[in-house]
Amino acid sequence: MNPDDLLYASSHEWVRRGDPATIGITHFAQDQLGDVVYVELPVVGAVLSAGEIFGNVESVKTASDLYAPVSGTVVETNTQLVESPELLNTSPYDKGWLIKVKLDNEEDLGNLLDRAAYETNVAH
Amino acid sequence: MPYLPHTAADREAMLTTIGASDMEELLDQVPTAVRSKPLLLPAALSEPELLHELDALAERNTRSAGPRSFLGGGAYNHHIPAVVSALASRSEFVTSYTPYQPEISQGTLQVIYEWQSLICALTGLDVANASLYDAATACAEAAMIGVNATNRSTVVAASTLNPMYLEVLRTYCWSQGLQLRVVMAEGGCISPSSLRATLADLGEEKPAVAILQSPNYFGLIEDQASLAQITHEFGALYVTCANPLSLAILAPPGEIGADIAVGDAQPFGVALSYGGPYVGYVAARESLLRRLPGRIVGASVDNKGRKAYVLTLQAREQHIRREKATSNICSNHALCATVATIYLSYMGKAGLLEVAHLCLQKAHYAAERIAELPGYGLAFEAPFFHEFVVKTPRPGAVIREALMERGILAGIPVDGQAGLTYGLLVCVTEQNRKEDIDALVQGLGECAA
Amino acid sequence: MTSSSDKQVGASPTVIEPTIFELSSAGRAGYSLPACDVPDAPVERLLPQHSRRAERPALPELSELQVVRHFTRLSRLNYSIDGGFYPLGSCTMKYNPKLHEKVASDTRWSSLHPHQPDATVQGVLAMLFRLQGYLCKIGGMDAFTLQPAAGAHGEHTGLMLIRAFHEKKGERRTEVLAPDSAHGTNPASAVAAGYKVVQVRSNAQGRVDVEDLRRLVGPQTAALMLTNPNTLGLFESEILSIADIVHQTGGQLYYDGANLNAIMGVSRPGDMGFDVVHFNLHKTMTTPHGGGGPGTGPVGVKSHLRPFLPIPVIERSTGAAGAEQYALTTERPDSIGRVRSFFGNVGLLLRAYAYIRSMGPDGLTQASHDAVLSANYLKALLQDSFDAPYAGHCMHEFVLSGRRQRAQGVKTLDIAKRLLDYGYHPPTIYFPLVVEECMMIEPTETEDRATLEAFAAALVAIAREAAEQPEVVRAAPQNTPVSRIDEALAARKPDVRWKG
Repeated sequence: MNPDDLLYASSHEWVRRGDPATIGITHFAQDQLGDVVYVELPVVGAVLSAGEIFGNVESVKTASDLYAPVSGTVVETNTQLVESPELLNTSPYDKGWLIKVKLDNEEDLGNLLDRAAYETNVAH
Repeated sequence: MPYLPHTAADREAMLTTIGASDMEELLDQVPTAVRSKPLLLPAALSEPELLHELDALAERNTRSAGPRSFLGGGAYNHHIPAVVSALASRSEFVTSYTPYQPEISQGTLQVIYEWQSLICALTGLDVANASLYDAATACAEAAMIGVNATNRSTVVAASTLNPMYLEVLRTYCWSQGLQLRVVMAEGGCISPSSLRATLADLGEEKPAVAILQSPNYFGLIEDQASLAQITHEFGALYVTCANPLSLAILAPPGEIGADIAVGDAQPFGVALSYGGPYVGYVAARESLLRRLPGRIVGASVDNKGRKAYVLTLQAREQHIRREKATSNICSNHALCATVATIYLSYMGKAGLLEVAHLCLQKAHYAAERIAELPGYGLAFEAPFFHEFVVKTPRPGAVIREALMERGILAGIPVDGQAGLTYGLLVCVTEQNRKEDIDALVQGLGECAA
Repeated sequence: MTSSSDKQVGASPTVIEPTIFELSSAGRAGYSLPACDVPDAPVERLLPQHSRRAERPALPELSELQVVRHFTRLSRLNYSIDGGFYPLGSCTMKYNPKLHEKVASDTRWSSLHPHQPDATVQGVLAMLFRLQGYLCKIGGMDAFTLQPAAGAHGEHTGLMLIRAFHEKKGERRTEVLAPDSAHGTNPASAVAAGYKVVQVRSNAQGRVDVEDLRRLVGPQTAALMLTNPNTLGLFESEILSIADIVHQTGGQLYYDGANLNAIMGVSRPGDMGFDVVHFNLHKTMTTPHGGGGPGTGPVGVKSHLRPFLPIPVIERSTGAAGAEQYALTTERPDSIGRVRSFFGNVGLLLRAYAYIRSMGPDGLTQASHDAVLSANYLKALLQDSFDAPYAGHCMHEFVLSGRRQRAQGVKTLDIAKRLLDYGYHPPTIYFPLVVEECMMIEPTETEDRATLEAFAAALVAIAREAAEQPEVVRAAPQNTPVSRIDEALAARKPDVRWKG
């Protein structure tokens, strides 16, 4: 269920390589959250620091911070999530993407986990 | 002993089921070192004895707010209709818990939804919460909304706020590591140039929010449209603290450019009760909904398609967000909000307007007559709603004392405030009849020397 | 086309009770006011046009009978203590005596204006002063402030006192410790007081892990916030050691009084080493919950913190002829300042006074004994049907885990909703966070054996349903005015006011 071509953070964000890279949350994360009701994202142009909080996902019963898996600059945010936050539940790897980021340093990706490592260590 | 249904036989049977030999065994988790001796409290009173004791205490209160009271200053003497007391004292409202189980709490939830709606109607704003403690803490909560929304740490407040609200802001700003800057009044009001100068003087320390009260502590109506505009020029949020009764006839905060409105709905049927419990309100523009503190009721449907109300947006609150909550507030003043909702439903569009109209007319009649007295005069020229400051020939505290002997609570002394030497803050409501106002005027005249 | 007065507005299969706005009819009124007895000046002369409202506010227009029926019908949709049992852990939903309502509605108390001169309100000042004294005796503290309007407000106030205390000594401490089982208001209040929150672990016995505490405490520690008994209903038996550890580094010990009902006359937080306490009078002293408030959260302190108490403070002196006299003072140079308008939620404080005078020292002690007894009894009746994570006796509340039922496909949430069908308010669920599928149960001392047994029987029946017919539990509630609500919709498309 977790796509092979993605990289993962232990805080349950994923990264799809590209220029810009795409970031979202995993199936495990959305399942833990329950029905997502609101997503707070940074503005285009915001600068992210790997490991720091860049936004928030709110469900009925909880609110979770989003941690930047990489450092970079936000070039696009998924505006569909304003009207349809439930996309995070129904399509976390596709229509529920969160932000697109221009990486500061490709080497940041080396700090992330591949699917196997993520599934073994984190999302059990 | 009252309210304890267990008999000795009950207690014995329960201990047997538990498998303990006595109460001491159940309390063995409590170390001997912290076990206490019997409580040093007076012996219990039976119901008749308690009523006698409270009668004796009540007799030591020698005055109360009646037709001869002209006290305002954040707590207002209005008629509480019989219907309001009767309905709000129903035990299903009084003895129910917070509506966390909405399926069996639709009464409270719908009442609060109606409260939120009424607050929005009066303030002209888009969203409101389920109530706060009082106007002072509501001002502090509004300051926090501004700080979080703008990411700035300076709060600007008018010197014409009720002094208690200003003091609470001071405490909360210290508590949260924020700067509080006060903009000074001229002629009892905040002038646009004064606000502009204060905001400009902040320099790099940009303002998060400007908080004004209108009608202000001295009863005067501030020039809010200009003040709001200036505040927005500096990128800050504009907050109005308003007596909601005044909003029956005065321009609502939403229309003059306010981002947030706060105040106390105590005038809507909530008893004076020596200062509390009252009921704070907060209303705001739609975009600030998720920054509102405390509980919010929302409308939805149940799984059979029926209209149903529920506490919503709870993820902002302390029980979920904990240290990242919008506020530490847990309780709201639900029962007082219930009283206010029933009052507004009963008085309605016409009734509320009429109460406000009576207050306006009687206050202006009183002001006009007092101003004619030698040695007295109106302290300020700005328009007012139902409170005004009177310059007095002797200290306001002395005049107040003298009038108390005639059975009149003449007002709140404001000696030395707002550039005055001596003065009294006088409030007139629909509870004061013409004869009471005339008695006040006569009394003031006779106590001038 | 029909006008609004032709509309049939009332209950329907989808609307139990319309809103006041939908019941409204233009021109209808029920209020009663006297005519204006002063000359009527033109409004334009009194108020400039730009300060006046252009349109009248959109308030409803109802007759008196409509108002009475609407709110009467709404009240009937509410569960309440007068109607049934609330086994809510940490809420102490005990009976609210009618005597208190009679006392509080007496106009000799309810019509006192807070700006009246002290000389005219000696009765209420005396009552409040005495109440402060009683709370000191119950808590083992030296002074009390009655101002905080709620428990959370009390916590914030108490932490500000601690901060002022340290700042006066020139110390700037940055952290407040709280157990992982703490109520959410604890960390939220700590942040409001300008602190960073650090969590202390609970051990396998459900109590504070003293070694973890020892590791975390240091010169940066302003305070440790504890509830005792804790939120699992267990007494922190090592409290004196805990107090020592915190005090040795100059930190202060803060008592969250949510669970005071377990220990009145049994143990006093002041004797356990607490420097600051708050009591929840809407819990322990049975001031009514009112559907969510108002409450009141007085704060007690040991004498070293007295100078920092919020203003105003009641001072007692001896006047002419030896009579006691009371006055409010704000002359307190080290005070943290005001934390609210006026003096306090006096209407509730009066009820608490009446309660303490009605119960007396023996009654309060017996209340705590019975609260502990009833909790242990209920636990004994339930521990075969549910997992009880902590063995041994509990204090006034206990936790169960719905872990067994979860394995059968039934969550604690479902059990709670099914209890509604049996006519009970459910216990506290999913709190504290340290127990999986948690249910926290606190019967209080005002429930009789028959009620406790009937409630236990209902829970046992639901446990059986979970094993044999889980779909029935999952479909609950079926017997309530509304069934499960779409909370996701309420949060995604917030509708917080009637728009027409």
